[in-house]
Amino acid sequence: MLYRETGQFKTSYTADMAIFPIRQDRIALWILLAVAFVGVPLLANFHIWPLGSDYLLRAILIPFLILALATIGLNILTGYCGQLSLGSGAFMAIGAYSAYKFSTGVHILLPWLEISIPPLPLLPSILLGGVMAALVGILFGVPSLRIKGLYLAVATLAAQFFFDWVFIRVKWFTNYTSSGSVAAPDLYFFGVLVNTPIERYIVCLIFVTVFAFLAKNLVRGNLGRQWMAIRDMDIAAELMGIRPLYAKLMAFAISSFMVGVAGALWAFVYLGAWEPLAFNIDRSFQLLFMVIIGGLGSILGSFLGAAFILILPILLDQVPHALGIPISVETVSLLVFIVTGALICFLLIVEPHGFARLWSTGKEKLRLWPYPY
Amino acid sequence: MVSFGQFLEVLISGLLAGVLYSLVALGFVLIYKASGVFNFAQGAMVLLAGLALVRSLDAMVAFGFPPWAAVGLGLLFAAVIMAITAWLIERFVLGPLVNQDGLTLFMSTIGVTFILEGGSQMLFGSDVYPLRLFPTDAWFFGESRFPGGILVNKLDVWGGMIAAVLVAALAIFFQHTKTGRALRAVADDHAAAQSVGIPISWIWFIVWLAAGLVALVAATVWGTKLGVQFSITFLALKALPVLIIGGFTSVPGAILGGLIIGAGEKLAEAYLGPSIGGGIEYWFAYVLALAVLLIKPQGLFGERIIERI
Amino acid sequence: MRAPGGAEVAADDILLSVESVSLSFGGVKAVSDVSFDIRKGEIRAIIGPNGAGKTSMLNIINGFYHPQQGRITFKGKTRSKMHPYEAADGGIARTFQNVALFKGMSALDNIMVGRTLKMNRGFLWQMLRVGPALAEEVEHRHRVEEIIDFLKIQSIRKMQVARLPYGLQKRVELGRALAMEPDLLLLDEPMAGMNMEEKEDMSRFILDVNNHYGTTIALIEHDMGVVMDLSDRVIVLDHGIKIADGTPDEVRQNQAVIDAYLGIAH
Repeated sequence: MLYRETGQFKTSYTADMAIFPIRQDRIALWILLAVAFVGVPLLANFHIWPLGSDYLLRAILIPFLILALATIGLNILTGYCGQLSLGSGAFMAIGAYSAYKFSTGVHILLPWLEISIPPLPLLPSILLGGVMAALVGILFGVPSLRIKGLYLAVATLAAQFFFDWVFIRVKWFTNYTSSGSVAAPDLYFFGVLVNTPIERYIVCLIFVTVFAFLAKNLVRGNLGRQWMAIRDMDIAAELMGIRPLYAKLMAFAISSFMVGVAGALWAFVYLGAWEPLAFNIDRSFQLLFMVIIGGLGSILGSFLGAAFILILPILLDQVPHALGIPISVETVSLLVFIVTGALICFLLIVEPHGFARLWSTGKEKLRLWPYPY
Repeated sequence: MVSFGQFLEVLISGLLAGVLYSLVALGFVLIYKASGVFNFAQGAMVLLAGLALVRSLDAMVAFGFPPWAAVGLGLLFAAVIMAITAWLIERFVLGPLVNQDGLTLFMSTIGVTFILEGGSQMLFGSDVYPLRLFPTDAWFFGESRFPGGILVNKLDVWGGMIAAVLVAALAIFFQHTKTGRALRAVADDHAAAQSVGIPISWIWFIVWLAAGLVALVAATVWGTKLGVQFSITFLALKALPVLIIGGFTSVPGAILGGLIIGAGEKLAEAYLGPSIGGGIEYWFAYVLALAVLLIKPQGLFGERIIERI
Repeated sequence: MRAPGGAEVAADDILLSVESVSLSFGGVKAVSDVSFDIRKGEIRAIIGPNGAGKTSMLNIINGFYHPQQGRITFKGKTRSKMHPYEAADGGIARTFQNVALFKGMSALDNIMVGRTLKMNRGFLWQMLRVGPALAEEVEHRHRVEEIIDFLKIQSIRKMQVARLPYGLQKRVELGRALAMEPDLLLLDEPMAGMNMEEKEDMSRFILDVNNHYGTTIALIEHDMGVVMDLSDRVIVLDHGIKIADGTPDEVRQNQAVIDAYLGIAH
């Protein structure tokens, strides 16, 4: 089937503005969803290649989904709204630890403040974790009206290092464990115990699909356009009647919410037991790379970037082995550094809009194929 | 109760540590002043220079060279490595991106950081390599006035003196040489500088080479202090608050910023630390920078940008 | 109130009036004690040699610069300075000397940004994009398509504006300003860099906007022919000071104006 739009005439603006206006794209999406929701669990259940063992699910698909969610969150802030953030790891941590506290009961007994909340079920805990992250995000977003560009990035670094410290030092967050690391409670979603990799995968898949859909709607609408206007030329945007404070705070809030939820999922569903190191500055940079490589300002790009960064170390490890070249673990990790760095430079030179733009350029060519133009 | 002697000790060690931060920050200022690019890779350059130096030094000493010759040749070798790196960066990364906006160039330096971090360790090894170029013992003075005396680390003092010499040299370079003027022109406007015949590729190579040499100097001091290892690259992050306070384009500002951050950190750790739980040094510099930004969005000495449309 | 032409002008025919406005940056005086008014429905040109303070004047009206002295009265309300949001909300729209389009978006999206003030559905509705939010999006798309038809840019509406030729970019920028349904449209050198044909097109659009929508227009322009043909009244600035104010004919014969330009015949 050739990739053509011929004959697909839109008769309403609604149809023209759909997420996937081209029929072939819609079909591709349905197939993808079918594979993700039905195909993968089936294959895993019956241990059919490539899901013969749990490896693909546990080590690749689940972290991919959660990191893609975090990347979408960061993309909203940095890619769509143009506010560089180097502290997304901290927001994941806030989401994770807040969700932990909500799920194990919050008891604050200060002379001037007494709060006692019983342990909440898992879903509300995770969402509230996101809300906490959003509130902190708004706090760090307030300066963004006056502080711009690189200076704002330093402010986000302040958030990163400060919260790194908070979650190590303030024992209240870890419920006073001696080791400083925390274990998530059993995962009960609507009364169903989620334990096997397939079940964890489905939970993550549902979260990611819902959030990706909401995010895509948001960036296509009025608020998304306001964000992009501020990113491209904030003075002109203000002169059009856009209120920069509102739009920027919304970007920080929504972005931090998603990153916080991703953090909670990362801790509860993927890791099971974690410590603050899981959310340190390396994580922040990892997310930033996913955004840059996948494509700034693209929901699809967030998925592509996350997949790429996650798979790269595995590729660099497996390919030499397959070719029979001996390579140490250490060399692999150094190679990952070099390749990631080189790829960022390469992409910035050749296609600053990342894989997502390469993808859409590829589709453009596909629409014309077999004609050259 | 805290004695004045203790306070002086913390203050002095903080100021001197701050000078060491300035050494790294100077590299940033150099590149930003001359090309308008914020070079995130400065920390990685310190690592590369340090590794090149210490590995060649160790190899030569093992080979039987007398120490002074080994050090001299080691420094030369490291300088050559930095020159090659500068050329490669200009040719393959900066050159192609010459007219892009600041954010793109900044992100490309993040890419360069990772290439350098991986590459330098691949070439020279990824262990911790101790460096012994300066005395590291302590020096006590004022024993008559303060009980126990004031402890000052000799290495820090060496670092301070080196920084002073470097600042003086850079200041002269920028103000009074033809190349220095050309660099300032390029920083202002790439296209305009090109149109008056300033060869941008050559200029950028010189700038990155100079920054590489500054990184080498910083590596000698920091390498002696911490040993040459991967974590040295995080110095780049610490330089950011220094630059915010001192300004991105001011050489004396980098020193001042370093002093403020260094002293601030140590004092906060000593006096605030015990009541909050310690480890404040981890984030204090950044929060201080954030506080400064809230009052002055362009940093303490930044120029107020008048926007035009 | 008497206009220079001698006719009586009722106070509520004045859409915008600027009184004794001065603006300086550091030591540079961009605008010195300038006063003028703009009547409803007219096309007012602001001309003058380079550096006369014309763009600064527009920036003051827009709320981007805040004058040190003077007052601005817009739609009967007097302020000592405007804020960008107040200006936009009050019905002032603007195009810019160096096209200030949002480079990362398509032409259609750029013009849709102009509808921001009119779109009210909260972000929660936008996320779901059903019912009210979708209806609002469609309704404003209708309006924007009307503007696209008017400016004849249908074929490029989905293109990234960064890829459009300069003349089309200027048209998209005009469309974005029109999308705000402004009462006062400020145009900063709308014809700059255009050839004869493009200038004729743009002139026609400007006249159409004025006739069809009744929009009051203030425009900065260097092309004297355009100024004489299009405008009802003209202000001349030189070094931040107003040196003439009247109909195109009056201004053309004003000696001070001729001296200021000295040789700029078009």
